[in-house]
Amino acid sequence: MSNLSVNHLLGIKYITKNDIQLILDTATNFKEVLNRPIKKVPSLRDLTVANLFFENSTRTRLSFELAQKRLSADVVNFSASSSSVKKGETLIDTVNNILAMKVDMVVMRHSSAGAAEFLSKKVNAKIVNAGDGAHEHPTQALLDAFSMREKLGDLKGKKIAIVGDILHSRVALSNIFCLQKMGAEVKVCGPTTLIPKYIESLGVKVETDLRKTLEWCDVANMLRIQLERQDIKFFPSIREYTMLYGLDKTLLDSLSKKIIIMHPGPINRGVEITSDVADSDQSIILDQVENGVAVRMAVMFLLAGRQ
Amino acid sequence: MKPRVLLENKQLEVTLTRLCYQLIEVHNDFSNTVIIGLQPRGIYLAHRIQKLLEGILKKKVNCGDLDITFYRDDFRKKELIPNRTNIDFIIEDKNVILVDDVLFTGRTIRAGLDAMLAFGRPNDVELLVLVDRRFSRHVPIQAKYIGLVIDSIQTQNVKVEWTETDKKDRVTLIDK
Repeated sequence: MSNLSVNHLLGIKYITKNDIQLILDTATNFKEVLNRPIKKVPSLRDLTVANLFFENSTRTRLSFELAQKRLSADVVNFSASSSSVKKGETLIDTVNNILAMKVDMVVMRHSSAGAAEFLSKKVNAKIVNAGDGAHEHPTQALLDAFSMREKLGDLKGKKIAIVGDILHSRVALSNIFCLQKMGAEVKVCGPTTLIPKYIESLGVKVETDLRKTLEWCDVANMLRIQLERQDIKFFPSIREYTMLYGLDKTLLDSLSKKIIIMHPGPINRGVEITSDVADSDQSIILDQVENGVAVRMAVMFLLAGRQ
Repeated sequence: MKPRVLLENKQLEVTLTRLCYQLIEVHNDFSNTVIIGLQPRGIYLAHRIQKLLEGILKKKVNCGDLDITFYRDDFRKKELIPNRTNIDFIIEDKNVILVDDVLFTGRTIRAGLDAMLAFGRPNDVELLVLVDRRFSRHVPIQAKYIGLVIDSIQTQNVKVEWTETDKKDRVTLIDK
């Protein structure tokens, strides 16, 4: 268990339990580094990393950039809206042009599922997937697992519920793969229109009643309703969704045990969770953001360590 | 060739005690001095020295563990696993004694100096090692307090064992 089994982080599906554990353990070390007076280490000072964001992002992009800077890497940023992509350049041409400037690692977010994997076969650089369509978002799943492990200890046998828009969520898929590899039980909950047809084949349970789900779980990961990906109506109205699947303080307090509330952000306050839940002491939403930097540092540190 | 034992049990105890008194000679009652052991193997020596000093001085001596993995210059040349850093005191304006078991090329200590600066600016930094493999330095770093100086060649290895992890206190010279 001394190094990763992969050259790229394309998705949780492609890595092993040992890889996940190695990343989480290394992230613990980086979290300690981030609490020092000087939060920077020189590990990647000889590397250049390109952040290619073909899709909008605030948290992930900032978190990656901060992680790269804390590791002393040189960083170049790119966003599709202000680039030649608008002029019709293909993905490979864009990336090859950037790599011609001697870039060693690429962090990419793209709206097409499989974009990162496609790229990893075509170009000579380490690829980190920062979200590809509705497919995977591996670093989010890793930081979720890290945050849960921090609160609950070993995740083996723990019960995790993923609530909301499962159909359009890459966070859900990566989380399912990651949690199952760590030995946790996963249940998804949401309106049937937002639950993918064959999700049970992944070994997860499906529930449509929010209260039952919350009574069952140790952790509830509340996902955002991704209106930008919904080209047809999946539920009658936001108000109805909130009535059935929104988590408010009254519901949270009426449960028989204290569960942990997570959210990958950005929060639609008042839709999937209310403000008083998001800001309550059971919520670890801001811990997730803090841990994101440490986990991303660990991922890039370990990938760079592979020859 | 058979491994050659350089230090063992009583002998090692005597050497450690001598190092402690040498430290006290310079640092008096350790009121402004802290000890930092370098991970992974220097921490056992550091904690041993701490215990002996506390016994002699009858007071608490600060001792921390420092991991230097992220500061190494040979990262990416070999696989490295980080260890825990545990420094729960401030080193700003303190006298720091860096502790490692074997001084060989000096690269670990160089990285250690870098890593230590992330915790503040010490007043004075000194180096204590149990075994100094002289004539093998890659960088100009020398220890102030030395348990044992040996002449060795590249193909030899110095192995330091501690009761805490290896069930016995022993320093041996091994041919690779």
